[in-house]
Amino acid sequence: MNPQLLWLIPTLPFAGFLLNGTVGRRLPRAAVTAIALLFTALPALIVAQLWAFMTSAGAPQTLSVASAPWIAITGFHVDFAFTVDHLTLILLGVVTGVGFLIHVYSAGYMAHEEGYWRYFAYLNLFMFFMLVLVLSSSFLLLFVGWEGVGLASYLLIGFYFTKDSAANAGKKAFIVNRIGDFGFLLAMFLLIAHFGTLSFSGVFAQIAASPVSSPQSGGFLTAIALLLVLGATGKSAQIPLYVWLPDAMEGPTPVSALIHAATMVTAGVYMVARCHVLFNRSPAALTVVACIGAATALFAALLGMVQQDIKRVLAYSTISQLGYMFLACGVGAYSAGIFHLMTHAFFKALLFLAAGSVIHALGGEQDMRRMGGLRKRIPITFYTMSAGVFAIAGMPPFSGFFSKDEILYQTFSHGGALSLLLWLVGLLTAGITSFYMFRLWFKTFFGALRFNEHAHGHAGHAAHAHGIHESPLVMTLPLMVLAVLAIVGGWVGIPAALGGLNQFEHFLDPVFLGGAMAPLAETEPHMAELVLACVSVLTALLGAYFAWLLYSRRPGYSKQLVEANGATRFAYTLLDHKFWVDEIYIRGIVQPLLAFSRVFLNGLVDTGFVQGFGTGLALLARSLGAVVNRVQSGNIRSYAGWLALGAAVVIAFTIFIR
Amino acid sequence: MVPIAYYLVLAAVLFCIGVMAFLLKRNIITIFMSIELMLNAVNLTFVAFAHMWHQVSGQIFVFFVMVVAAAEAAVGLAIIIALFRVRQTLNVDQVNLLKN
Repeated sequence: MNPQLLWLIPTLPFAGFLLNGTVGRRLPRAAVTAIALLFTALPALIVAQLWAFMTSAGAPQTLSVASAPWIAITGFHVDFAFTVDHLTLILLGVVTGVGFLIHVYSAGYMAHEEGYWRYFAYLNLFMFFMLVLVLSSSFLLLFVGWEGVGLASYLLIGFYFTKDSAANAGKKAFIVNRIGDFGFLLAMFLLIAHFGTLSFSGVFAQIAASPVSSPQSGGFLTAIALLLVLGATGKSAQIPLYVWLPDAMEGPTPVSALIHAATMVTAGVYMVARCHVLFNRSPAALTVVACIGAATALFAALLGMVQQDIKRVLAYSTISQLGYMFLACGVGAYSAGIFHLMTHAFFKALLFLAAGSVIHALGGEQDMRRMGGLRKRIPITFYTMSAGVFAIAGMPPFSGFFSKDEILYQTFSHGGALSLLLWLVGLLTAGITSFYMFRLWFKTFFGALRFNEHAHGHAGHAAHAHGIHESPLVMTLPLMVLAVLAIVGGWVGIPAALGGLNQFEHFLDPVFLGGAMAPLAETEPHMAELVLACVSVLTALLGAYFAWLLYSRRPGYSKQLVEANGATRFAYTLLDHKFWVDEIYIRGIVQPLLAFSRVFLNGLVDTGFVQGFGTGLALLARSLGAVVNRVQSGNIRSYAGWLALGAAVVIAFTIFIR
Repeated sequence: MVPIAYYLVLAAVLFCIGVMAFLLKRNIITIFMSIELMLNAVNLTFVAFAHMWHQVSGQIFVFFVMVVAAAEAAVGLAIIIALFRVRQTLNVDQVNLLKN
């Protein structure tokens, strides 16, 4: 296979962006759709070919292609270079495959929206940057993709820019991500200062070659790793920078599926996995990653329990699942994290798209309190979404079971009291996840029909006044494909304890074990793993049971439970207000920052210094001018007088002085 | 034969009278006349030097100056008449429409 083909993978979507972005406004919708789909399908085909090549016998473990130097100064240079290894392959498959499906779905979902061409142009732009991100072979190029997907995310969250809330949500996402990017930048500066290069291979080779026990390099690596984690928490919506993701649901639903569930938000996990050589040398940083992951998983799952907006439930669940991936990376189980990344991309994209289909059917209604009983009305959406719900809840044999279980097992067997605590948190989160997902399922599809067709028929989603209706095939087809993936996607990673081969982990071994093949002899006892799997399934069933009890069997009971006594009421208020984190951030950070900007930057620096400098100069010129102005009286005779005087002086000079 | 210095002193005196009149007078016709006076003072020096050096070029210059002065008088007087018709005054200090 010609490695030059790698260039085409990101540039094709970029060409689609340029075409749709420049002339799309004048093209008919069919042409816009054709351009967008074509330029997403072609990279998917190239990636498929790449898969076939890389997995064939005797194929190299990495495939690289580099351009002429991009930045070249003395002692430091960066190339435009792409590298494909098995980790990249998985990400490429997810991004192009799920991305293409979501493009197809969008053609149906956005069919009646204004700015159709703009939407697809942004979507293709996102694909371009995301592919650059996963293909890059240096921190700097990764950062280019990293920033680019942030830009595309901003544009798409604020797609309905005439809505204040959407525009603000876009800004919030962008600004919160800046904080993370700040950490990423500092990490890159440290890498340049210490290693003199930013290419992955260069940095990791130097780290691997340095002695393990040199304390100075250990602290240094921890600093770099922690700064990278800060960057990852921004992009992957982890504590403390998770606040932008729930608001990002203002964007169109397929965008939430593509960017804020399947691909972009997993960039942080990918980055940590990519830098595993660095993280492995810094146990402290790994512990931080694991704690952040577990805390975020539990925290977001708790918040997901009380949300009423169907998309917000999914948003918090995304944050929570990303926490799982961080937890996996934090205990050194990178392949488990990437495995969950992949299965999560399938089932969460499915859940979002199905939720979009529900919203579409109800003419723009997102509040679950006005849903219910939709099972019979939109059966395809119901069945496909059920696959997603069972997958995320961790029911065997759906994909989420295998990946989540792998993470829990790896956490448990990591050793130490902390890992036991982390495992407990993970297990609790699994139960809560199951609870809120089945809550969503029961509230949306079961019980009585609470949606008033006549009251809502004309409002919301444009041009949909024909009541509840199943979505067109262009939308249900991606749902069906994703549902199949959500069911079978986990079967590539069935652990040995359950009679599988765990092919997924071995597939990634060349990346995470540095070329040395893993010991294939599975001598460890499988008993523990089996017991743990049973425990987590039981927890998930328990969560589902509670959801059934509260939202299907006795629908009013949840309200009674909340009102039971002061403690429960307080707990509910706490969750309902999301622990007041947004308010705390606004009071503690945003407002002081604004005050500082207003008083110091605007008042003192801008008005006082910058503007004062200009005004001062102008004043000087004016006062000087006022003096000189006297000469320019406009009186001809005074000019003539000056002329005569001048002539007299010249004559006097020539006669007497010379 | 009259020495050249006499002519030159006379010309200088005439020129200075012209300059002073130009600077001090407010009537535009007087100013105009003072310009003529200055021109003719210069003419006088030209012919004086031409006579002294026995060369004709100085006298030719004088003809040129007289032609220019005649043209200037024609144009200038026309302007003055037009100005008087509009402003009813010959005082230059009151003709300051373009100022400021």
